[in-house]
Amino acid sequence: MTARLELWLWIAARLTAFVLAFGVLIHLITVIYAVRGGLSATEILARTQGNVAWLIFYVLFAWSVAIHAGIGTRTIVGEWTAWRGRSLDMACLVFALYLGVAGTQAALGLF
Amino acid sequence: MFDVRSRSHPTYLAFVVHRLSGLVLTLFLPAHFWALSRAIQGEAVLEGFLRWTDHSLVKAVETLLVLALAAHTASGLRLMALEFLGWRRQQKTLVAVSAGVTMAVGLGFLLNVY
Amino acid sequence: MSQTLEVQVWRGREDGGYQTFEVPARDNQTILDVVTHIQRELDPTLSYRFACRVGMCGSCAMTVNGKARWTCRTHVKKVAPDGKLQLQPLSNMPVIKDLVADMAEFFNKWTRAKGYFVPAEKPSTDFAMIAPDSPKRQEAEVGIECINCGICYASCDVVAWKPAYLGPAQLNRAWTLVNDERDHGQRDRARAVSGDAGCHSCHSLQACTERCPKHLDPAYSIAGLKRLTMKAALRGEL
Repeated sequence: MTARLELWLWIAARLTAFVLAFGVLIHLITVIYAVRGGLSATEILARTQGNVAWLIFYVLFAWSVAIHAGIGTRTIVGEWTAWRGRSLDMACLVFALYLGVAGTQAALGLF
Repeated sequence: MFDVRSRSHPTYLAFVVHRLSGLVLTLFLPAHFWALSRAIQGEAVLEGFLRWTDHSLVKAVETLLVLALAAHTASGLRLMALEFLGWRRQQKTLVAVSAGVTMAVGLGFLLNVY
Repeated sequence: MSQTLEVQVWRGREDGGYQTFEVPARDNQTILDVVTHIQRELDPTLSYRFACRVGMCGSCAMTVNGKARWTCRTHVKKVAPDGKLQLQPLSNMPVIKDLVADMAEFFNKWTRAKGYFVPAEKPSTDFAMIAPDSPKRQEAEVGIECINCGICYASCDVVAWKPAYLGPAQLNRAWTLVNDERDHGQRDRARAVSGDAGCHSCHSLQACTERCPKHLDPAYSIAGLKRLTMKAALRGEL
């Protein structure tokens, strides 16, 4: 990976972090509210089903976290294990794509 | 050679919390997305899974995850304050503030989940 | 406080071991006094570095009870109230012998970070007028007193985890030059400090800032490089 690409990874990590800061705030408030009296599928679906705003929010949230976590994983594995280089970059890319798709699938399931 | 003597100052400890919380959250995410996607199979299936979350132990783990999320976010904001705003003198204070916010969020969750 | 100090000193290279010495405790005693006593009175084969003895050159830097310090400016009473000392060479550098670390790569990285002044193609015909309170001069001020002692580099875990990482001292110097209006090497320097080997690997552990005996702030300088390179990238210059 070139220095230029690594720079852009850094930018992507900070950009997604900024988006996630807002997302996490909303998510934590929602979670703390939802957890009162126990989690209930009826309650959750009543909030998310047919709601385009929540769908957009969760899809954006999922892809932001996928990119953010993918980059973070590459950093941690590259620094704390012997694995680095092209194969690690590819593995983390695949992992990020998996998270994005899985998160989108979950959001669509709740829509 | 891991020597704790040179790794005990606040910003180092905050780094460890930031990294470990990020790791924990990353490992949790696949399970989280899988659980939520039970909704694809219908309300009844999702509800069946969610009853699992009534267990005290599950609630305890959820509390730890909420703490991890709050800690990671707060610490991340502190780092971006240094990187983008140049807030260098306030770093130690921001570590303390991050810890406080994390505890408050954790407490908020704990009081509502049980 | 006891009458004698128990001093564990690293001997040999990376695969060496500790040798323990008993050194008389005195008032107003520095670690340099201790090491000098050992070498002169107890074991002349001990190798260590020092020069100015007064906190100006940075030659005497080594690891004292786990933390990188200047031995000439570290009082025994401050770091070893119980009279027990452990001395090792600086971390993150190969060991030449005993308390002496090999700083060759430290200085090679300095060059790779373009931590040197690049003059204009043609010499200027007039003095550069730089106001002391100008924003760029103020920015350079934060890091310009660095004397290359290596303490920040030895204290940085990213240096330990990523052999290619240029290091705090090197990037700090690059930042002071970024803010030097007379310098003409900005494009190459911005490229040199980018990427995983450059500023983007800094996790703001701030051990460098914590340990710097001159109270400089390499973590802050590196943050400045991050902002600089990001802006350059967004403008398509990098």
